[in-house]
Amino acid sequence: MGEPATRGLDEGALRALVPRVLAGLVRRGEDFDAAEDALQEALLEALRVWPQRPPDDPRAWLTTVATRRLVDAHRSEVARRRREDAVGAEPPPGPAEEDDDTLLLLFRCCHPDLAPASQVALTLRAVGGLTTREIADAFYVPEATMAQRISRAKRTLRGRPLDRPGDLAVVLRVLYLVYTAGHAGRVDLAAEAIRLARQLTLATDEPEAHGLLALMLLNHARLPARIDSDGRIVTLDRQDRGLWDTREIAEGVCVLQSALARQSDERPPGRYQVEAAIAALHDDAPTPSETDWPQILAWYDDLVALSDDPVRQDPAAVLGRAVAIGYVHGATAGLRETDRLRDVIGDRHRWHAARGHLHELAGELPAAGDAYAEAARLAVNVAERDHLIRQAAQARAGG
Amino acid sequence: MPKYLLLKNYRGGPEPHHPFPPMDQWAPEDVEAHMAFQRHVREMLRDSGEFVDAQALTPDRTWVRYGGPDAAPVTSDGPLPETSDLIAGWFMIDVDSRERALEVAAYVSSEPGPRGEPMYEWIDVREVMWEAPAAD
Repeated sequence: MGEPATRGLDEGALRALVPRVLAGLVRRGEDFDAAEDALQEALLEALRVWPQRPPDDPRAWLTTVATRRLVDAHRSEVARRRREDAVGAEPPPGPAEEDDDTLLLLFRCCHPDLAPASQVALTLRAVGGLTTREIADAFYVPEATMAQRISRAKRTLRGRPLDRPGDLAVVLRVLYLVYTAGHAGRVDLAAEAIRLARQLTLATDEPEAHGLLALMLLNHARLPARIDSDGRIVTLDRQDRGLWDTREIAEGVCVLQSALARQSDERPPGRYQVEAAIAALHDDAPTPSETDWPQILAWYDDLVALSDDPVRQDPAAVLGRAVAIGYVHGATAGLRETDRLRDVIGDRHRWHAARGHLHELAGELPAAGDAYAEAARLAVNVAERDHLIRQAAQARAGG
Repeated sequence: MPKYLLLKNYRGGPEPHHPFPPMDQWAPEDVEAHMAFQRHVREMLRDSGEFVDAQALTPDRTWVRYGGPDAAPVTSDGPLPETSDLIAGWFMIDVDSRERALEVAAYVSSEPGPRGEPMYEWIDVREVMWEAPAAD
């Protein structure tokens, strides 16, 4: 990505200001669409200017420059100039208001009328403070394509007030999508998703928001061990657990516990908390053989029970549960469980990968090789495909 | 500088130099060597300033055509003759000459297979047409 234009600049701090400045502009009556464009320009200028000339008050700087852009854009509208003059007299909003601002902006960017790809892009720009170029790099599309996606999304939202509570479930799904998109180019999307989820948990007590943050932290903690220096996937049972980020694990467990404490029998934990609990149990095992599979299976039972039709709606959960059954009740029982799923998801690469894992557990290496080879044929991710081919070759070579 | 697409195929093309089994039936160390070579080719092309793009395609294929007015698109997942070409992926390179493109393609084709032997895989080399009219 060329040389970093942001040397000596705390980019995280800069980006944390973005939703606040944007919400401030919108709250004083600016149109979301125009304000977001203006702030994006201010942000690009900040990245260029701040390394040499850091401002005394970054937030005021961004607000002023964005406002100037807005004024430029509406130079003919004299009334706007008057409004700009009035802004200087406005007291800065308190912390509570800022948290609400983040939430309102997230609801807007994750509006249910937008397609997931647009929700993700708009969230990263308007709340995450990423530039269009960075978002385009992260998703391997041309910058012009991403710019168009964002402006179409904003057109869809035009004229809608920024005042109604949105659908938190959609916001959580969008943040999780950002997390799973991983990292590419200059931007670590997983870290970005964690940052956004942290902001969200400051704004809401909703246990699922905290569950999502915990899930991200508990999975992210294992990331340094999950991919080796050649980009190869290392499975959980072969990871160097010394590389796991214990601080992230401790924080994840703490966040999860506080979320679970607010749940009850009447209001059982949602899927992110349950998935976080499963991740926490893996993180808690000093060695693979010390993994508490019975407890993991119990959580998978809860996870599967959250869907009306889990095989269709949550195939990853039913397959995870089948593998857990294999560890608790024996590989044959796990394979029997996958047999039950064959009609519906037997053509998915994950079904074959789970079968390969269970056959391996049973010591049935030729069958494991066949299952991994079929999984590789169906895979859509290069790293995963390569990993499955390796698993197949190793199984055929006798493990 | 002309751009070339170096296409790798799952099947099709001229008579293979020699047959080889699917990769999941190779010895694990041969699989590793093959994958390391693929990474090496990308790095080499990046280092030389010739890399544009590299992508892999899944082996599933669906043919689609316009279904006519007010009709759904017509699709066909087969049956297709097993001999028809099936693209597996490509390198796109930006090089000085056609000779250089052929040289890179031949290097790609030397990728190690079972027992570390070169695979002599046929690579389909296609020149990418220019968008803009050439200057006078």
